[in-house]
Amino acid sequence: MSRIHVTTTVNGDAVDYLCEADDTLLDVLRDQLDLTGSKEGCASGDCGACTVELDGRLVCSCLVLGAEAEGRTVETIEGMANGDVLHPLQKNFIEKAALQCGVCTPGILVAAKNLLDHTPDPSEEEVRYWLAGNLCRCTGYDKIIRAVLDTAAEMRGAA
Amino acid sequence: MAKDEFEKREFKVVGTRVARPDGLDKVTGRARYGADMSAPGMLVGYCLRSPHAHARIKSIDTSEAEAMAGVKAVITRADFTNVPASDGTRDILDNVMANDKALYDGHTVAAVAATSRSAAKAALKAIKVDYEVLPHVTDVDAAMLPGAPELHQGRQQESVPEGFSQNVLARSQYGHGDVDAGFAQADVIIERSFKTAATHQGYIEPHACLATMGNDNQGDLFCCTQGHYMVRNTCADILGMESGRLRVTASEIGGGFGGKTTVFLEPVALMLSKKSGKPVKMTMSRDEVMRASGPTASTSIDIKIGTTRDGVITAATGEFRYQSGCFYAMNGALGAMCGFAPYDLENLKSVGWEVTTNRPKAAAYRAPGAPMAAFAVESVVDEVAKEIGMDPIDFRLKNAADEGTKSAYGPTYPAIGLRATLEAAKAHPHWSAPLGKNQGRGVGCGFWFNFGGDTCVSLMLNPDGTVSLSEGNPDIGGSRASMSMMAAEELGVPYENVRTIVADTASLGQNEVTDGSRVTFAVGLATIKAARHAIEIMKARAAATWGIDAEAVEWVDGAAQPAGPNAGKFPPLTVKEIAATMSNTGGPIAGHFEANAEGAGVSFGTHICDTEVDPETGAVKILRYTVFQDAGKAVHPDYVEGQLQGGAVQGIGWALNEEYIYGEDGTLQNAGYLDYRIPVASDLPMIEPVILEIPNPGHPYGVRGVGETGIVPPLATIANAVSRAAGVRMTSLPMSPPKVLAAIKAN
Ligand code: FES
Ligand code: FES
Repeated sequence: MSRIHVTTTVNGDAVDYLCEADDTLLDVLRDQLDLTGSKEGCASGDCGACTVELDGRLVCSCLVLGAEAEGRTVETIEGMANGDVLHPLQKNFIEKAALQCGVCTPGILVAAKNLLDHTPDPSEEEVRYWLAGNLCRCTGYDKIIRAVLDTAAEMRGAA
Repeated sequence: MAKDEFEKREFKVVGTRVARPDGLDKVTGRARYGADMSAPGMLVGYCLRSPHAHARIKSIDTSEAEAMAGVKAVITRADFTNVPASDGTRDILDNVMANDKALYDGHTVAAVAATSRSAAKAALKAIKVDYEVLPHVTDVDAAMLPGAPELHQGRQQESVPEGFSQNVLARSQYGHGDVDAGFAQADVIIERSFKTAATHQGYIEPHACLATMGNDNQGDLFCCTQGHYMVRNTCADILGMESGRLRVTASEIGGGFGGKTTVFLEPVALMLSKKSGKPVKMTMSRDEVMRASGPTASTSIDIKIGTTRDGVITAATGEFRYQSGCFYAMNGALGAMCGFAPYDLENLKSVGWEVTTNRPKAAAYRAPGAPMAAFAVESVVDEVAKEIGMDPIDFRLKNAADEGTKSAYGPTYPAIGLRATLEAAKAHPHWSAPLGKNQGRGVGCGFWFNFGGDTCVSLMLNPDGTVSLSEGNPDIGGSRASMSMMAAEELGVPYENVRTIVADTASLGQNEVTDGSRVTFAVGLATIKAARHAIEIMKARAAATWGIDAEAVEWVDGAAQPAGPNAGKFPPLTVKEIAATMSNTGGPIAGHFEANAEGAGVSFGTHICDTEVDPETGAVKILRYTVFQDAGKAVHPDYVEGQLQGGAVQGIGWALNEEYIYGEDGTLQNAGYLDYRIPVASDLPMIEPVILEIPNPGHPYGVRGVGETGIVPPLATIANAVSRAAGVRMTSLPMSPPKVLAAIKAN
């Protein structure tokens, strides 16, 4: 089968890969680029575990084809910390116990960061609806919502 | 009976909210879950699954698939030539690779390993299976009737009376007293029948593994599981190899809730690897997870409770009919044991039934069997209280089990926390807050046994005085942090000085699965005992250094010191100092502990929930939710709260939305998160956890497991709230909008 050559930017680095026509971006990230932080929970756009930013917009990478990343920029959980300095959301998810098993955590962090980038002072309801596409089966969401709200307050205070 | 281990003490580390050691890996995407590992030269494996609910497999032709490009191995049941030693493992083998019949939609009938996903998928399509479709049954009541389509013959136990189909595998009875005499004393008797749908554990991480197996009959397996020793023992039994020749390493686990306490892909991947001579990675799709792993039992339950006008229950009976899919599982019995466990009853008869149907083999789901039983019992308790005009918490307090009560399932309770949770609920502002129109408040209680089991821990002192702790239970929600905390507490060293890892099966003795809410209790107990063992060695080294008796040394705040003035005057020797010289004082220092841990300490919880029912649509909104649970001692309160909150929300999903829906043809109609809808953030309010601490006599710090009880009360609590809000008793789960609307209309 002939494969498609794709040139793109992932977490600020130029990368290129060959993918099959039906490989999703998630397949490429995980299987070719070894960026396994994005998870496959459903492959149907229903769980959000595969959430990444594509040109700054949140997408389920399981619903994007690998070939569609041509010439675009992709940000994954692996690009969220700045070297060894965690993003405040990452720090607070650890400190405030906002994860149990942690498999939903990468997708939720990417989605929450995107929210705070645009909406520095979200209400609880806004956070709940923004994260409604990210399933977590362990926590009941309580500590996740609190961690996001606390981080937003902290980042506003620091700004 | 376990001896009294508990000793009151002031804690320094236990009870604080430290950061977990696996946190950084999990917030940066570095943590390796089941599907995140790869090996050089690895193949990918996929299963071919039955499209029929019940069918005889007349033949399977794999020749075309085998000849395809990139295909390195194709297996069917014929490749599993070994007969497993135990009946339970035989069922597991029959479940992971169908024998002569496919027993449910999604049952694996063959598997392929190939160099790429596309090659493997193409090969699956080329396998020809000749099925003879058989009549099927998926409903528990229908399956019990004589003349129902039968899955197996000759598996019915002697406990089952005449007049049932072969699908009824077992009947068990619990209780005491004389229920007829008890009902004769009752002023009010209420009798109701209930149904609950099967639900799935719904862990976000699908099953996945990476198997490497050679023709030297030696293997390695990396997989997401709640118990890698169980995986090793089961796979070895299935493959007919010595268990010591298979090393299993547990990946980080993306949720389990009981659903990863058995094997699905692992024996298949090992067989594919053996046949191809290459590492094989397998990952389930969500569709496969739903169709072929995990679900709970669906149930049909009858409850009858009689009470006096002043609120004393005089008698109770329950019939708990549970279908657990295509093989035997003890679920109805657990329901029959747990349903009435919160009450002190003079006269009780509680009967559990185990039934097979053409559905996937049920796996444990958080307090397996108990939530549905509590739903039925607590609903009738609520109705009885209403009927005699008594506050539902007061009614429960009046009949609550206490220390010394003979439990519904036999044993007499030691100190328990049920009454404390009820009193805390009654005193909480939630219980007296005003309610609006179309709103209702419910309360419910729940019980779970908790478990101990085989446990093995090793604690190593490093030359710089830090500590390495090896345990053998996959960490599903922060248990490495809890173990480090308990070791630090006991040794008297900072939390950061103890690093806990989950060892593979070749590095530590046998450990029971991470189940039964056992880890913080049993592994915690073993950790404390291993630390005490190390302390004894350190005291002996100090004694030898000082030239005094080991008995004359005591351990205080992380250091050995002479016990009293008669022992001599020596400055204390800290862990760090003892470690620095250990090479010269006798060699390495390590403590260990192995036991089949007893004294797990039963657990109770009480929940309160406010709901609003939309009379136009039947939609239910959860307005407020509070959980009261006895944790014995909360080692890491954040993670205890997380268990309480997570359990409650899984219960909310079970009560309101989640349901396995089967079509006329017996195939699953909603095998994905879109149609099998678990709660999302916007469905929910904050969940307030209230932790009570009634020390468990069986643990040195008083710890009880907390993982499971949290899912037991919600089904009943929400049903009671909805019934009060809608003015009509809801007896069938889930309480989806059409069902609630129909109930309102019929009223
Ligand atoms: S894997 Fe992409 S949304 Fe679930
Ligand atoms: S922490 Fe396990 S799914 Fe969210």
